[in-house]
Amino acid sequence: MTDRSTSQPGWLHKVTDSDIWWSFKSSSLTVIAAIGTILIVVLAFLSPVLAPHTPFDPATLSLSDGLKPPVLLSPDGDWAFPLGTDDQGRDILSSIMYGTRLSLIVGFASVVVAMAIGIALGLLSGYFGGAVDALIMRIADVQLTFPAILVALLIDGIVRSVISVQRHDEIAVFVIVGAIGLSFWVQYARTVRGSVMVEKNKEYVQAARVIGLSPLLIMVRHVLPNVTGPVLVIATINLGLAIITEATLSFLGVGLPSTEPSLGTLIRLGNDVLQSGDWWITVFPAATLAALVLAVNLLGDWLRDALNPKLR
Amino acid sequence: MIAFILRRLLQSIAVLLTVGLVAFSLFRYVGDPINSMVGQDTPASEREALRERLGLNDSPPIQFLRFIGNAAQGKFGLSYRTSEPVGRMIVERLPATLELSFCAAVFALFVGVPMGVYTGLYPKHWSSRLMQAVSLIGISLPTFVIGILLILVFAVWLHWLPSFGRGETVMLFGWWPTNFLTVKGLQALILPSITLGLFQLTLLMRLVRSEMLEVMRTDYIKFARARGLTNRAINFGHALKNTLVPVITVTGLQLGALIAFAIVTETVFAWPGVGQLFIQSVQFSDIPVMAAYLMLIGLLFVLINLTVDLLYFVVDPRLRSQGGTARVAGH
Amino acid sequence: MAAASNNQPLLEVRNLRVEFPTRRGTLLAVDDVSFDIAPGEVLGVVGESGAGKSLTGNAIIGLLEPPGRVAGGEIRLEGRRIDNLPYEQMRKIRGARIGAIFQDPLTSLNPLYSVGRQLVETIQTHKPLSAAQARTRAIDLLKEVGIPGAEMRIDHYPHQFSGGMRQRVVIALALCADPRLIVADEPTTALDVSIQAQIIALLKRLCREHGTAVMLVTHDMGVIAETADRVAVMYAGRVAEIGPVRDVVKHARHPYTKGLMGSIPSLGVRTDRLTQIDGAMPRLTEIPSGCAFNPRCTFKGQRCLVERPNLMPAGDTRAACWLHDRGGVGAPILKETVDA
Repeated sequence: MTDRSTSQPGWLHKVTDSDIWWSFKSSSLTVIAAIGTILIVVLAFLSPVLAPHTPFDPATLSLSDGLKPPVLLSPDGDWAFPLGTDDQGRDILSSIMYGTRLSLIVGFASVVVAMAIGIALGLLSGYFGGAVDALIMRIADVQLTFPAILVALLIDGIVRSVISVQRHDEIAVFVIVGAIGLSFWVQYARTVRGSVMVEKNKEYVQAARVIGLSPLLIMVRHVLPNVTGPVLVIATINLGLAIITEATLSFLGVGLPSTEPSLGTLIRLGNDVLQSGDWWITVFPAATLAALVLAVNLLGDWLRDALNPKLR
Repeated sequence: MIAFILRRLLQSIAVLLTVGLVAFSLFRYVGDPINSMVGQDTPASEREALRERLGLNDSPPIQFLRFIGNAAQGKFGLSYRTSEPVGRMIVERLPATLELSFCAAVFALFVGVPMGVYTGLYPKHWSSRLMQAVSLIGISLPTFVIGILLILVFAVWLHWLPSFGRGETVMLFGWWPTNFLTVKGLQALILPSITLGLFQLTLLMRLVRSEMLEVMRTDYIKFARARGLTNRAINFGHALKNTLVPVITVTGLQLGALIAFAIVTETVFAWPGVGQLFIQSVQFSDIPVMAAYLMLIGLLFVLINLTVDLLYFVVDPRLRSQGGTARVAGH
Repeated sequence: MAAASNNQPLLEVRNLRVEFPTRRGTLLAVDDVSFDIAPGEVLGVVGESGAGKSLTGNAIIGLLEPPGRVAGGEIRLEGRRIDNLPYEQMRKIRGARIGAIFQDPLTSLNPLYSVGRQLVETIQTHKPLSAAQARTRAIDLLKEVGIPGAEMRIDHYPHQFSGGMRQRVVIALALCADPRLIVADEPTTALDVSIQAQIIALLKRLCREHGTAVMLVTHDMGVIAETADRVAVMYAGRVAEIGPVRDVVKHARHPYTKGLMGSIPSLGVRTDRLTQIDGAMPRLTEIPSGCAFNPRCTFKGQRCLVERPNLMPAGDTRAACWLHDRGGVGAPILKETVDA
C-alpha cells in the first residue's frame, strides 16, 4: 500500500488512505453494489442513445411484434427484442431503460426536496425554539404517525381533487416529487434540529451575536458541515425508500401515467396480463427495480456503518 | 404511573384532534361538498339552501366540532363515488383488513424475532450471514413486487393458492365476515399475509439482531458470564428480555404501518378491505372516504400506542416504580 | 486460615501473552506476564490504563473480548490448566471457583431483574439447592455484604439501590458459590470517594473470612497500599516490578514504580511537590525497542535502548530493570546518562 501511495497525487492518496475508503474496499458486497448502482444509472441516463427502441413513441410500435418472449428462453424470441415485448409490441428492455431513468429522476428529486424542507425546518426549529419548535416538532410527530406512502397518497388525492385529470397527468412528475418529498422530511429536520440545539449555546454563536453578525448565518456555516454525515446517510437510505414509494404509487395507479411510465407503471401494466402467463412483461422491470433498490440500500447500510463505528 | 398514563391519554387525544383537523380541512375545503352532492344545473338558491341546511355557513370552529362529534359516532356523510354512507362502507370492509393485518403481524413476529435472536447470537455463522443477506433483499423488494412474484409462482405457475379475493368467508356475530373458519378462506389468506408481513419480518429480524448484538456487549451480560450462568440463561433470560422494549416499540409502530401497507397488498390481491377502498377514493378524489380513513388510521394508531405504553410497564421495572417505591432506600 | 499450609499456589500465570489482531497488525497487549497468587492472598495489580492489567484479569476468567485471545503461556488454577478449557468447562469454573467484580456496579446488574432473582440464579447454577434454600442463602449474603433490610431489599430492582449498595450486591454475587479467587477489576473506580474505602474494607474483610484470594486490579496505588499483600506493577503489557507491598511502596526498585510512588501524596510527610513522570505510556503500536520505559526513564543507558530486561531480583522485590543486573555487564554504563 505504501509503495503505491507514494506515486499518487496528494488528494488521491488522502482518499485511498482514509478509513472510509478502507472499509469500502474491504467489503466486496459494497464494491459490487457501487458498481451495480453506477452501471444502472449510466445505462438509464444514456437510454436515448443506447436503447434499441423508443418504446413510448406510438409511431414505432407494431402490434405484430406483440408478446414476444425473451430471446434466451424461447425459440419464438426475436433478437431485436432481447427481453421480449408487451402486448403493444413495446420492447421491454428499452421500456426498462427509460423507466429506470424516470424512477431515478423522481427518486433523486424527491430526496432533494425532502432534504431541503427538512434542513430548513430543522434549522428554524432548533434556532428559534419555543413555539416555532413545538409546532414544527408536533407536526413531525403526527406525520410520523402515518407511513410515508399514506402521506404521499393523501397529498396526491388532494391535488387530484383540486385540478383536472388531464392537468394532473401533465404535472404528475412534480406532484409525485412533491408528495414524496413532503413525506420524508421529518428525519432530516430532527437531525439538524438536534445539532443546532447543541451548537446554539456554544461561545462562537454568542460571540457572533455580540459583534452583530447574524448568528443564523454563522450557524448555517458551522452546523451544516457537522450534519453532513448523518444527512448523507439518511439521504442514501431515503433514496431507496423514495424509489420504492414512487414505484408503489405508480403501481397503485396514482403515480406517473402510463404515457410516461416509470418502473412501477411498467410493473402495473405487466401485472394486468400476468394471469395469462406472460411473466416477462412484469418480472424484468420488477427485477430491475429490486436490483436498483438493493444496490442503493447496500451503499446506505455501508455508509451508515462506516460513518458510525459504534454500530459495528 | 397513573400520571404517566393520563399524560399519554391527553397526548393521544391531541394527536386525534390534529388528525381530525386535517381530515376536516380536507372534507370541508378541498373541493366543494355541495358540488359533489347536486347536479350541474341546480339553481344557486337551492345550493344556498342546502349549504345552510348542512351547516356549511356556520363558523369553522363550530363546523369542526360538529365534524368531530359526527366522526365519534362514525358519521362521515355520503361517499361522492357511491353515495353510500361512508361509515357503513368502512365497517363492512374493516374485518377483511384487520384479519389480513393480524395474520401478517403474527407471521412477522413469530418468524422475524427468532431469526433475529439467532443471527444476533451467532453473527459470524454462515446461516446468519445468509439470513442477513436475504433480509436485505427483503427490505429492498417493494411489497407489491413480492405480491406479484408470489402470485406468479404459487397461483399462475403452480396453481396451489388463489391469487385474488378472500375465498370463502363465514359471518361471525352476523356482521363480521371471517376467513378463519373455512379451508378456502385460510388458503386465500396465505399469500396476502406473507406479502404484507415480509417487510415487517425483515425489519423485526434486523432490529432484534442489532439489539441483541448491542445487549451482548453490555457489562451485565459480561458479568452474567463471569457468574458462570449457562448460555441458555444468558441468551434467553437476560439478553432477549432486554431487547424487548425496542422490539415492542417497533412492533407497535409497524402494526400501524401494516394497516397502511394493506393498501398495497389489498390492491395486488383484490382483497376487499379498507385499503382498497382508500385507493379507489384517492383515484376518484372521494374526499369523505379519505377523511374517514384518515381518522380510522389515526384512531388505530393511538390505540396501538397506548397498548405499547402499557406493555412497557410490564417489561421494565424502572418505569413501574417511577415516583413510587424508587426512592424508598435510595442512598 | 490454611492459606500457606502447602506450597502449591492457588493461581499460577506463566508467560501469558494476549494478542489483538487489528487492521494495522497484531497488537501484543499482554507480553510474557508471570505471577502467582497464594491461597487467601491479595495481589494488587497496578498500572496506567492500557498497561494490560484488566486484560490479564479477563484472560484469567476466560472472558477476553474477541478478537483478543491468549496467544501463549499458561494459566493454572489449583494446579489445573484452565486457559485452554472448552467454554462449557470454563463456565463451570467461573462463579464457582473464580468470582469476578467489575468496575461499574451501575451496569453490572441486569436492570430488568430483581437482585434476588440474580442471586438465586447464580446460586442455583453452582449449588444443588432448592429455590427456597437459595433464597435464604441470598438473604444471608446480602446481610453479609452489609445491606440493611436484606429480607425486603432482595426483591428490589438494581435501580432502587445506590452505587455503593449496588457494588455490595455485586460482591454478594461474586461470593455466591464460595470461590477460591476473586478477580476484582477496578471495583471502586466508578464510586464516590467517600464510599470507596468502605467497599475496599468490605472486600478485604469478606475475603479474609472466607479465605478467598483476590486479584485486585486498579490504577490507584493508595488502594493497593492499604489492601494488598503483594503488588505487581504493569507497564506496556509487561510486569515492571513485583514484590511484597510494603517493600514496593517503601523501596521501589524500578524507576517507573518510583515515579508511581512519588505520585501518591502520603499523609504524614509533607513534600513540596509531587514527583511526576514526564511523558505518557507508549501506545501498543509504538512500543520502543529495548526497555519499554526507556523514553521516560531518567536512568536509561545504552543497553536499555536495545535489550529488553526481564524480572530480576532487586532488593526485596523483583524488577525488570537493568539497574539491578548485578552479575551482568550493564550496570556501569548507566552513570553516563543520569544527568541527561
